[in-house]
Amino acid sequence: MTTLKQYAPNRYSRILAYGASRGEVIVHNNDIIEPINSSDEWIVQRTGISTRHRASENQSVTDLAVGAAKDALANAGVEGSEIDAVIVATVTHPYATPSLATRVADAIGTKAPAYDISAACAGFCYAIAQADGLVRSGIASKVMVIGVEKLSDFIDPTDRTISFLLGDGGGAAIVAASDEPGIAPTVWGSDGSNWDKVGMSGSLLQIRNRNFVENPVEEGEKIWPTLRQEGPSVFRWAVWEMAKVAKQALEEAGITADQLGAFIPHQANERIIDQMVKTLKLPETVIVARDIKESGNTSGASVPLAAHRLLQENPELSGKFALQIGFGAGLAFAAQVVVLP
Amino acid sequence: MANKEEILAGLAEIVEEETGVEAAEVQLDKSFTEDLDIDSISMMTIVVNAEEKFEVTIPDEEVKNLKTVGDAVEFIAANAS
Repeated sequence: MTTLKQYAPNRYSRILAYGASRGEVIVHNNDIIEPINSSDEWIVQRTGISTRHRASENQSVTDLAVGAAKDALANAGVEGSEIDAVIVATVTHPYATPSLATRVADAIGTKAPAYDISAACAGFCYAIAQADGLVRSGIASKVMVIGVEKLSDFIDPTDRTISFLLGDGGGAAIVAASDEPGIAPTVWGSDGSNWDKVGMSGSLLQIRNRNFVENPVEEGEKIWPTLRQEGPSVFRWAVWEMAKVAKQALEEAGITADQLGAFIPHQANERIIDQMVKTLKLPETVIVARDIKESGNTSGASVPLAAHRLLQENPELSGKFALQIGFGAGLAFAAQVVVLP
Repeated sequence: MANKEEILAGLAEIVEEETGVEAAEVQLDKSFTEDLDIDSISMMTIVVNAEEKFEVTIPDEEVKNLKTVGDAVEFIAANAS
Protein backbone atom coordinates (compact mmCIF):
# COMPACT_ATOMS: atom_id res chain seq x y z
CA MET A 1 0.00 0.00 0.00
CA THR A 2 1.29 3.48 -0.85
CA THR A 3 1.70 5.76 2.12
CA LEU A 4 2.05 9.50 2.21
CA LYS A 5 5.36 11.14 2.76
CA GLN A 6 5.33 13.57 5.71
CA TYR A 7 7.78 16.13 7.01
CA ALA A 8 10.72 14.71 8.94
CA PRO A 9 10.72 16.54 12.27
CA ASN A 10 13.62 18.35 13.89
CA ARG A 11 14.03 17.51 17.54
CA TYR A 12 14.78 20.98 18.89
CA SER A 13 14.66 24.66 17.96
CA ARG A 14 16.39 27.79 19.21
CA ILE A 15 16.75 31.50 18.59
CA LEU A 16 19.88 32.18 16.51
CA ALA A 17 19.94 35.97 16.89
CA TYR A 18 17.85 39.07 17.48
CA GLY A 19 17.66 42.22 15.38
CA ALA A 20 16.29 45.67 16.13
CA SER A 21 15.14 48.82 14.43
CA ARG A 22 13.83 51.74 16.47
CA GLY A 23 11.97 54.86 15.41
CA GLU A 24 14.40 57.61 14.36
CA VAL A 25 12.82 60.37 16.43
CA ILE A 26 13.40 60.48 20.20
CA VAL A 27 10.30 61.99 21.82
CA HIS A 28 10.77 63.32 25.37
CA ASN A 29 7.95 63.55 27.89
CA ASN A 30 8.08 67.34 27.67
CA ASP A 31 7.30 67.09 23.94
CA ILE A 32 3.91 65.45 24.56
CA ILE A 33 2.63 66.77 27.91
CA GLU A 34 0.73 69.82 26.73
CA PRO A 35 -2.28 68.12 25.08
CA ILE A 36 -2.71 65.81 28.11
CA ASN A 37 -2.13 68.59 30.65
CA SER A 38 0.56 66.55 32.36
CA SER A 39 4.23 66.75 33.39
CA ASP A 40 7.46 64.85 32.91
CA GLU A 41 7.35 63.90 36.59
CA TRP A 42 3.77 62.53 36.34
CA ILE A 43 4.65 60.32 33.34
CA VAL A 44 7.90 59.04 34.89
CA GLN A 45 6.19 58.29 38.21
CA ARG A 46 3.27 56.42 36.63
CA THR A 47 5.04 54.65 33.78
CA GLY A 48 8.83 54.80 34.17
CA ILE A 49 9.07 56.21 30.64
CA SER A 50 11.45 59.11 29.94
CA THR A 51 11.55 58.93 26.15
CA ARG A 52 9.98 56.89 23.42
CA HIS A 53 11.34 56.32 19.91
CA ARG A 54 8.88 57.24 17.19
CA ALA A 55 9.20 56.81 13.46
CA SER A 56 9.92 59.84 11.34
CA GLU A 57 7.33 60.85 8.76
CA ASN A 58 9.18 58.94 6.06
CA GLN A 59 9.79 55.81 8.15
CA SER A 60 7.04 53.24 7.57
CA VAL A 61 6.12 50.14 9.55
CA THR A 62 7.58 48.18 6.62
CA ASP A 63 10.91 50.05 6.97
CA LEU A 64 11.00 49.17 10.67
CA ALA A 65 10.26 45.49 9.96
CA VAL A 66 12.84 45.20 7.18
CA GLY A 67 15.45 47.02 9.29
CA ALA A 68 14.96 44.58 12.17
CA ALA A 69 15.01 41.55 9.85
CA LYS A 70 18.26 42.62 8.16
CA ASP A 71 19.88 43.29 11.53
CA ALA A 72 18.88 39.79 12.74
CA LEU A 73 20.29 38.20 9.56
CA ALA A 74 23.59 40.06 10.03
CA ASN A 75 23.77 39.08 13.71
CA ALA A 76 23.04 35.42 12.90
CA GLY A 77 25.35 35.26 9.88
CA VAL A 78 22.43 33.97 7.81
CA GLU A 79 21.51 34.95 4.24
CA GLY A 80 17.98 36.11 3.51
CA SER A 81 17.68 33.34 0.91
CA GLU A 82 18.07 30.74 3.70
CA ILE A 83 14.89 31.94 5.46
CA ASP A 84 12.06 29.54 4.64
CA ALA A 85 9.18 31.22 6.52
CA VAL A 86 8.45 34.80 7.60
CA ILE A 87 5.96 35.63 10.38
CA VAL A 88 5.22 39.26 11.21
CA ALA A 89 3.27 40.12 14.36
CA THR A 90 1.73 43.57 14.00
CA VAL A 91 -1.46 45.52 14.51
CA THR A 92 -0.35 48.67 12.71
CA HIS A 93 0.17 47.63 9.08
CA PRO A 94 -2.26 50.04 7.41
CA TYR A 95 -3.41 47.51 4.80
CA ALA A 96 -5.87 44.76 5.67
CA THR A 97 -4.21 42.91 2.78
CA PRO A 98 -1.68 42.13 1.43
CA SER A 99 0.41 41.27 4.44
CA LEU A 100 3.49 43.10 5.64
CA ALA A 101 5.36 39.78 5.85
CA THR A 102 5.44 39.32 2.07
CA ARG A 103 7.17 42.70 1.69
CA VAL A 104 9.72 41.74 4.32
CA ALA A 105 10.34 38.42 2.58
CA ASP A 106 10.88 40.23 -0.72
CA ALA A 107 13.18 42.81 0.87
CA ILE A 108 15.45 40.17 2.42
CA GLY A 109 15.58 38.08 -0.75
CA THR A 110 13.33 35.09 -0.16
CA LYS A 111 10.14 33.81 -1.73
CA ALA A 112 9.32 31.80 1.39
CA PRO A 113 5.80 31.59 2.84
CA ALA A 114 5.08 34.84 4.64
CA TYR A 115 2.13 35.93 6.75
CA ASP A 116 1.05 38.38 9.46
CA ILE A 117 -0.58 37.60 12.79
CA SER A 118 -2.61 39.89 15.03
CA ALA A 119 -2.10 39.36 18.74
CA ALA A 120 -1.05 42.89 19.72
CA CYS A 121 1.43 42.96 22.62
CA ALA A 122 1.46 39.15 22.79
CA GLY A 123 2.21 38.93 19.05
CA PHE A 124 5.94 38.27 19.16
CA CYS A 125 5.62 35.46 21.72
CA TYR A 126 2.73 33.98 19.70
CA ALA A 127 4.95 34.07 16.61
CA ILE A 128 7.85 32.41 18.47
CA ALA A 129 5.45 29.59 19.40
CA GLN A 130 4.46 29.22 15.76
CA ALA A 131 8.07 29.33 14.54
CA ASP A 132 9.03 26.72 17.13
CA GLY A 133 6.23 24.50 15.80
CA LEU A 134 7.19 25.05 12.16
CA VAL A 135 10.83 24.21 12.81
CA ARG A 136 10.33 21.17 15.05
CA SER A 137 7.69 19.71 12.75
CA GLY A 138 10.12 20.02 9.85
CA ILE A 139 7.95 22.43 7.84
CA ALA A 140 10.69 25.07 7.99
CA SER A 141 14.34 25.18 9.00
CA LYS A 142 14.93 28.92 9.55
CA VAL A 143 12.02 31.19 10.40
CA MET A 144 12.19 34.99 10.53
CA VAL A 145 9.95 36.21 13.36
CA ILE A 146 9.24 39.93 13.60
CA GLY A 147 7.26 42.03 16.06
CA VAL A 148 6.78 45.50 14.63
CA GLU A 149 4.57 48.51 15.26
CA LYS A 150 4.23 52.07 14.08
CA LEU A 151 1.82 52.94 16.87
CA SER A 152 2.25 56.67 16.30
CA ASP A 153 -0.13 56.32 13.33
CA PHE A 154 -2.87 55.21 15.76
CA ILE A 155 -2.54 57.54 18.73
CA ASP A 156 -4.48 60.56 19.92
CA PRO A 157 -2.20 63.22 21.46
CA THR A 158 -5.03 64.21 23.86
CA ASP A 159 -5.62 60.65 25.14
CA ARG A 160 -4.49 60.12 28.74
CA THR A 161 -5.04 56.34 28.80
CA ILE A 162 -2.33 54.91 26.56
CA SER A 163 -1.12 57.17 23.72
CA PHE A 164 1.62 58.86 25.75
CA LEU A 165 3.17 55.46 26.52
CA LEU A 166 3.58 54.39 22.93
CA GLY A 167 6.61 54.22 20.66
CA ASP A 168 7.51 52.74 17.28
CA GLY A 169 9.95 49.98 16.46
CA GLY A 170 10.63 46.54 15.11
CA GLY A 171 12.34 43.56 16.72
CA ALA A 172 13.26 40.31 14.96
CA ALA A 173 14.46 36.85 15.88
CA ILE A 174 15.55 33.97 13.69
CA VAL A 175 14.32 30.58 14.91
CA ALA A 176 16.21 27.55 13.58
CA ALA A 177 16.66 23.81 14.10
CA SER A 178 19.02 22.99 16.93
CA ASP A 179 20.87 20.07 18.54
CA GLU A 180 19.91 21.33 22.02
CA PRO A 181 16.52 22.52 23.37
CA GLY A 182 16.26 26.30 22.99
CA ILE A 183 12.54 27.12 23.20
CA ALA A 184 10.45 25.61 26.00
CA PRO A 185 6.68 24.97 25.66
CA THR A 186 4.61 28.13 25.26
CA VAL A 187 1.85 28.93 27.73
CA TRP A 188 -0.63 30.95 25.74
CA GLY A 189 -4.28 31.84 25.56
CA SER A 190 -6.89 34.57 25.36
CA ASP A 191 -9.79 36.12 27.23
CA GLY A 192 -12.18 37.56 24.66
CA SER A 193 -14.68 38.48 27.38
CA ASN A 194 -12.39 41.47 28.01
CA TRP A 195 -12.11 42.37 24.33
CA ASP A 196 -13.05 45.98 25.11
CA LYS A 197 -10.42 46.63 27.80
CA VAL A 198 -7.68 47.70 25.38
CA GLY A 199 -7.78 48.34 21.64
CA MET A 200 -9.05 50.70 18.98
CA SER A 201 -11.61 53.39 19.84
CA GLY A 202 -13.81 52.39 16.91
CA SER A 203 -14.20 50.43 13.68
CA LEU A 204 -13.10 51.67 10.27
CA LEU A 205 -16.62 50.89 9.05
CA GLN A 206 -17.88 53.78 11.19
CA ILE A 207 -16.06 56.09 8.79
CA ARG A 208 -17.23 54.27 5.66
CA ASN A 209 -20.86 54.17 6.78
CA ARG A 210 -21.10 57.80 7.88
CA ASN A 211 -22.90 60.25 5.61
CA PHE A 212 -20.49 63.17 5.81
CA VAL A 213 -22.89 65.50 3.94
CA GLU A 214 -25.68 65.08 6.50
CA ASN A 215 -23.31 64.54 9.40
CA PRO A 216 -20.15 66.59 8.78
CA VAL A 217 -17.05 66.37 10.97
CA GLU A 218 -17.36 68.84 13.83
CA GLU A 219 -14.51 71.03 15.00
CA GLY A 220 -12.22 69.01 17.28
CA GLU A 221 -13.98 65.74 16.46
CA LYS A 222 -11.67 62.82 15.71
CA ILE A 223 -12.99 60.25 13.28
CA TRP A 224 -9.82 58.19 12.88
CA PRO A 225 -9.87 55.32 15.42
CA THR A 226 -6.98 55.37 17.88
CA LEU A 227 -5.79 53.21 20.76
CA ARG A 228 -7.46 53.31 24.17
CA GLN A 229 -7.32 51.25 27.35
CA GLU A 230 -8.94 50.87 30.73
CA GLY A 231 -5.63 51.28 32.50
CA PRO A 232 -6.37 50.08 36.05
CA SER A 233 -8.23 46.94 34.87
CA VAL A 234 -5.48 46.09 32.40
CA PHE A 235 -2.86 46.69 35.12
CA ARG A 236 -4.62 44.26 37.44
CA TRP A 237 -4.89 41.57 34.76
CA ALA A 238 -1.36 42.16 33.50
CA VAL A 239 0.26 41.76 36.90
CA TRP A 240 -1.66 39.13 38.79
CA GLU A 241 -3.08 36.96 36.00
CA MET A 242 0.11 37.16 33.95
CA ALA A 243 2.27 36.28 36.94
CA LYS A 244 0.37 32.96 37.03
CA VAL A 245 1.08 32.45 33.32
CA ALA A 246 4.75 33.28 33.84
CA LYS A 247 4.99 30.75 36.69
CA GLN A 248 3.33 28.13 34.49
CA ALA A 249 5.86 28.82 31.71
CA LEU A 250 8.68 28.15 34.19
CA GLU A 251 7.01 24.87 35.22
CA GLU A 252 6.55 23.84 31.57
CA ALA A 253 10.24 24.56 30.98
CA GLY A 254 11.17 22.42 33.98
CA ILE A 255 13.17 25.17 35.65
CA THR A 256 12.82 27.45 38.67
CA ALA A 257 13.11 31.25 38.85
CA ASP A 258 16.63 31.10 40.31
CA GLN A 259 17.83 29.34 37.15
CA LEU A 260 16.82 32.28 34.96
CA GLY A 261 19.41 34.68 33.61
CA ALA A 262 16.84 37.22 32.51
CA PHE A 263 13.17 38.19 32.63
CA ILE A 264 11.90 39.89 29.48
CA PRO A 265 8.29 40.99 30.00
CA HIS A 266 6.30 43.04 27.50
CA GLN A 267 7.38 46.63 28.10
CA ALA A 268 3.90 47.98 28.88
CA ASN A 269 4.58 50.15 31.91
CA GLU A 270 7.49 49.97 34.35
CA ARG A 271 5.13 49.68 37.29
CA ILE A 272 3.64 46.52 35.77
CA ILE A 273 7.19 45.18 35.40
CA ASP A 274 8.08 46.09 39.02
CA GLN A 275 4.92 44.53 40.42
CA MET A 276 5.37 41.37 38.30
CA VAL A 277 8.93 40.96 39.58
CA LYS A 278 7.61 41.34 43.13
CA THR A 279 4.67 38.95 42.61
CA LEU A 280 6.91 36.36 40.95
CA LYS A 281 9.48 36.78 43.75
CA LEU A 282 12.30 36.82 41.19
CA PRO A 283 15.73 36.65 42.83
CA GLU A 284 18.02 39.65 42.37
CA THR A 285 20.31 37.56 40.20
CA VAL A 286 17.71 37.67 37.40
CA ILE A 287 18.35 40.65 35.10
CA VAL A 288 15.07 42.36 34.25
CA ALA A 289 14.65 44.02 30.83
CA ARG A 290 13.66 47.68 31.15
CA ASP A 291 13.90 48.96 27.60
CA ILE A 292 10.66 50.87 28.26
CA LYS A 293 12.50 53.78 29.92
CA GLU A 294 13.94 54.88 26.59
CA SER A 295 11.82 53.11 23.98
CA GLY A 296 8.32 53.40 25.46
CA ASN A 297 5.68 50.72 24.91
CA THR A 298 6.06 49.34 21.38
CA SER A 299 3.40 46.60 21.69
CA GLY A 300 4.39 43.53 19.65
CA ALA A 301 7.93 44.86 19.15
CA SER A 302 8.70 45.35 22.81
CA VAL A 303 9.90 41.85 23.78
CA PRO A 304 12.44 41.43 20.95
CA LEU A 305 13.59 45.06 21.29
CA ALA A 306 14.09 44.55 25.03
CA ALA A 307 15.90 41.24 24.43
CA HIS A 308 18.15 42.89 21.85
CA ARG A 309 19.13 45.69 24.25
CA LEU A 310 19.59 43.27 27.14
CA LEU A 311 22.10 41.21 25.15
CA GLN A 312 23.95 44.32 23.98
CA GLU A 313 24.28 45.58 27.54
CA ASN A 314 24.84 42.16 29.15
CA PRO A 315 26.62 39.91 26.61
CA GLU A 316 27.30 37.41 29.41
CA LEU A 317 23.60 36.46 29.23
CA SER A 318 24.26 34.57 25.99
CA GLY A 319 23.39 30.90 26.56
CA LYS A 320 21.34 31.68 29.68
CA PHE A 321 17.60 31.08 30.16
CA ALA A 322 15.21 33.99 29.69
CA LEU A 323 11.51 34.03 30.53
CA GLN A 324 9.65 36.17 28.00
CA ILE A 325 6.00 37.09 28.22
CA GLY A 326 3.71 39.18 26.03
CA PHE A 327 0.20 40.29 27.00
CA GLY A 328 -2.31 42.84 25.80
CA ALA A 329 -5.26 43.54 23.53
CA GLY A 330 -7.59 40.62 22.94
CA LEU A 331 -6.95 39.99 25.69
CA ALA A 332 -4.17 37.72 24.45
CA PHE A 333 -1.09 36.38 26.19
CA ALA A 334 1.89 34.08 25.62
CA ALA A 335 4.96 33.16 27.64
CA GLN A 336 7.91 30.85 27.07
CA VAL A 337 11.41 30.25 28.39
CA VAL A 338 14.11 30.53 25.71
CA VAL A 339 17.87 30.14 25.62
CA LEU A 340 19.33 33.54 24.75
CA PRO A 341 21.53 33.46 21.63
CA MET B 1 -14.50 37.16 59.98
CA ALA B 2 -12.71 40.40 60.82
CA ASN B 3 -14.63 43.28 62.40
CA LYS B 4 -14.43 46.80 60.98
CA GLU B 5 -11.63 47.87 63.29
CA GLU B 6 -9.54 44.91 62.24
CA ILE B 7 -10.32 45.58 58.58
CA LEU B 8 -9.22 49.22 58.96
CA ALA B 9 -5.99 48.16 60.66
CA GLY B 10 -5.28 45.55 57.97
CA LEU B 11 -6.07 47.97 55.17
CA ALA B 12 -3.84 50.63 56.73
CA GLU B 13 -0.93 48.15 56.75
CA ILE B 14 -1.50 47.39 53.06
CA VAL B 15 -1.64 51.11 52.19
CA GLU B 16 1.57 51.80 54.11
CA GLU B 17 3.35 48.90 52.41
CA GLU B 18 2.32 50.07 48.91
CA THR B 19 2.59 53.85 49.24
CA GLY B 20 4.65 54.66 52.31
CA VAL B 21 1.73 56.64 53.79
CA GLU B 22 1.85 55.97 57.54
CA ALA B 23 -0.80 53.53 58.72
CA ALA B 24 -2.01 56.05 61.33
CA GLU B 25 -2.94 58.43 58.49
CA VAL B 26 -5.29 55.85 56.97
CA GLN B 27 -8.58 56.80 58.62
CA LEU B 28 -12.19 56.13 57.66
CA ASP B 29 -12.95 59.63 56.35
CA LYS B 30 -9.80 59.90 54.21
CA SER B 31 -10.17 59.96 50.43
CA PHE B 32 -7.75 57.59 48.68
CA THR B 33 -6.99 60.03 45.88
CA GLU B 34 -7.35 63.47 47.46
CA ASP B 35 -6.09 62.93 51.03
CA LEU B 36 -3.74 59.98 50.65
CA ASP B 37 -2.58 60.84 47.09
CA ILE B 38 -3.00 57.26 45.87
CA ASP B 39 -3.10 56.86 42.08
CA SER B 40 -5.16 54.33 40.13
CA ILE B 41 -2.30 51.84 39.76
CA SER B 42 -1.44 51.85 43.48
CA MET B 43 -5.16 51.53 44.20
CA MET B 44 -5.30 48.32 42.17
CA THR B 45 -2.32 46.92 44.08
CA ILE B 46 -4.04 47.77 47.36
CA VAL B 47 -7.28 46.15 46.13
CA VAL B 48 -5.55 42.90 45.13
CA ASN B 49 -3.68 42.71 48.45
CA ALA B 50 -6.92 43.42 50.35
CA GLU B 51 -8.70 40.66 48.40
CA GLU B 52 -6.04 38.21 49.49
CA LYS B 53 -5.91 39.38 53.09
CA PHE B 54 -9.68 39.50 53.72
CA GLU B 55 -10.74 36.70 51.32
CA VAL B 56 -13.07 38.99 49.42
CA THR B 57 -13.64 39.72 45.73
CA ILE B 58 -13.58 43.39 44.73
CA PRO B 59 -14.60 43.66 41.05
CA ASP B 60 -12.96 46.34 38.83
CA GLU B 61 -16.27 48.18 38.45
CA GLU B 62 -16.61 48.36 42.25
CA VAL B 63 -13.15 49.89 42.75
CA LYS B 64 -14.22 53.29 41.43
CA ASN B 65 -16.97 53.44 44.07
CA LEU B 66 -14.42 53.07 46.86
CA LYS B 67 -13.70 56.79 47.27
CA THR B 68 -12.78 56.76 50.94
CA VAL B 69 -11.09 54.33 53.30
CA GLY B 70 -14.50 53.99 54.99
CA ASP B 71 -16.09 52.90 51.67
CA ALA B 72 -13.49 50.16 51.37
CA VAL B 73 -13.92 49.01 54.98
CA GLU B 74 -17.72 48.86 54.54
CA PHE B 75 -17.42 46.91 51.27
CA ILE B 76 -14.99 44.41 52.75
CA ALA B 77 -17.09 43.98 55.90
CA ALA B 78 -20.22 43.34 53.84
CA ASN B 79 -18.64 40.97 51.34
CA ALA B 80 -15.85 39.09 53.11
CA SER B 81 -16.45 35.38 53.40
